[in-house]
Amino acid sequence: MSAGQAVLAFQGVSAAAGSREILRGVTLTLHAGEVLTLAGPNGAGKTTLFRVASRVLRPSGGSVSLLGRPLEAYSRRELARVLAVVPQDATIAFPFRVAEVVLMGRSPHLGTLGFETRADLERASDAMRRAGIESLADRCVLELSGGERQLVLLARALAQDPRVLLLDEPTAHLDLRHRVRVAALVRELVREGRSALVVSHDLGLAARSGDRIALLRGGELHQVGTPREVLTPANMRAIFDVETEILVATDGALQVVPKLS
Amino acid sequence: MKVLTPRHTASVLGLLALGVLGSVAVGLAAGPSALSARELLAVLLAPESQGSAADIVLRVRLPRVVLSLLVGASLSVAGVLFQALLRNPLADPFVLGVSGGAALGGIAVLSLGSSVGLSHAAVPPAAFAGAVATILLLRLVSGARGRASATSLLLTGVVFNAFASAGIVFLASFAGLTEGAGVFLWLIGSLSNVRADIAGWVAVFLFAGLACALPLARSLNLLALGEEPAQQLGVDVVRVQRVLLVAASLMVGAAVSVAGLVGFVGLIIPHLLRLLIGPDHRLLVPASALAGAAFLLLCDTAARTLLGGRELPVGALTSLAGGPVFLWLLRRHQQRIFAP
Repeated sequence: MSAGQAVLAFQGVSAAAGSREILRGVTLTLHAGEVLTLAGPNGAGKTTLFRVASRVLRPSGGSVSLLGRPLEAYSRRELARVLAVVPQDATIAFPFRVAEVVLMGRSPHLGTLGFETRADLERASDAMRRAGIESLADRCVLELSGGERQLVLLARALAQDPRVLLLDEPTAHLDLRHRVRVAALVRELVREGRSALVVSHDLGLAARSGDRIALLRGGELHQVGTPREVLTPANMRAIFDVETEILVATDGALQVVPKLS
Repeated sequence: MKVLTPRHTASVLGLLALGVLGSVAVGLAAGPSALSARELLAVLLAPESQGSAADIVLRVRLPRVVLSLLVGASLSVAGVLFQALLRNPLADPFVLGVSGGAALGGIAVLSLGSSVGLSHAAVPPAAFAGAVATILLLRLVSGARGRASATSLLLTGVVFNAFASAGIVFLASFAGLTEGAGVFLWLIGSLSNVRADIAGWVAVFLFAGLACALPLARSLNLLALGEEPAQQLGVDVVRVQRVLLVAASLMVGAAVSVAGLVGFVGLIIPHLLRLLIGPDHRLLVPASALAGAAFLLLCDTAARTLLGGRELPVGALTSLAGGPVFLWLLRRHQQRIFAP
């Protein structure tokens, strides 16, 4: 698929949790070879959009298509081979080792009874190496810190070998070094031809590593565009109700600095 | 990196199968008239032979050994399935009250069944129905998506067990079944009342349950990540939950209808095995079947022989061992599973 083609397209998508409407008529397209950052206040519907895209939640209106096919046309396993989700965090119920959790990402590619092949093990090793957690391979996941667990979840999604990655605040629990590493890894994955939709509250990192930013507010799409188009004091006031100053770093990237009133 | 391989799986299951064979030999040889290994071998090599040794081994001990194996395997695998489905390491058919519900179903047939033309053979299906009804009740209490806190699940189990015990005593009294030790043995769990007519049911229920559970073992691993992550990795979570709850109910129904309320096997064995062989359900499910079978057979053999001529109910032994294990697990997991 050539760069710029639509990979994941939301067309007028609405979604509800019980009687409460969370998304209202969102139309948004993720293109091939693109990092699209979703930003907005808590409760704006960012995670809900991920739940709709991974078919955990059925939209109450509108449609979603993936690689040109309606989402409902995919079987669950087919969908998991194309699209991977990295959640914010996860509680893992039993004392699995890190390598075992990463290998679970190969599950959509295996037969019903099958054990992982040598190729699956190599894929998992590669995923752990790229996420920088090879040294944790034999550690029990219950003993990890929040940041380490987040990297394990990222490695598991890489082991899935998906075309599209949905990352829900992938740097929330990480220190600065790992934030930069994950942002660089996402860029590298996109250069390989994948696409990434990233929920992030870190607008500075989004401006530096994302191609476009979509601002959500109250379940509706406020604006989508390049960081320069979207990161304006007026938008920050409208979305977050905060006065900000937009600075330009020496490399030209924008930085959003909130003013304390 | 250490991951599960077919070779490792085969060697662990092979070792456990040898353990089962060893426990069978002990179960057949031990008893008020103990047999030497040579005598036991002679009987087993010539099963058509006559004599008291052959009578004891083949007609008295063998049926009980087979039932102990089936009940132990059923309870242990049911424990693994409940723990995986509820993502709760303390879930066990006895602790959750599912065994109590099955016992209530079974005793209902024993006490009232003859008036509507039901024979003793209807006990296992009734126990299965009792187990399913209890699970539905648990799901009702825990909300539509089964996200109960560990506290509310365990409290529901405690209350339901008390209710089931009272119901069992009430039904048995109503039907005049309280004479002798019958009801007491249902409540505490015993294998002394071997009935060949329902052994077939027990075997069918166990193997049907295993046939459902084994192909879904990898899905159980993914469920450990949570329902949504499992769905996002391609698991049809609702179907897996339905199939495995039926499988677990079949196994509990089978076990309870032949042995009453034998407690904690489904807690002790899965936890011991997770410590020894890890939590991967592709190995844990079949390993629990073998280890649970050997464990209950050895417990029953001890129950038959510890007090000389008198017999202990096997459930007393498993509960004596299981109570402390439960408390240890509760303490160990308290922070994690009781966290809001």
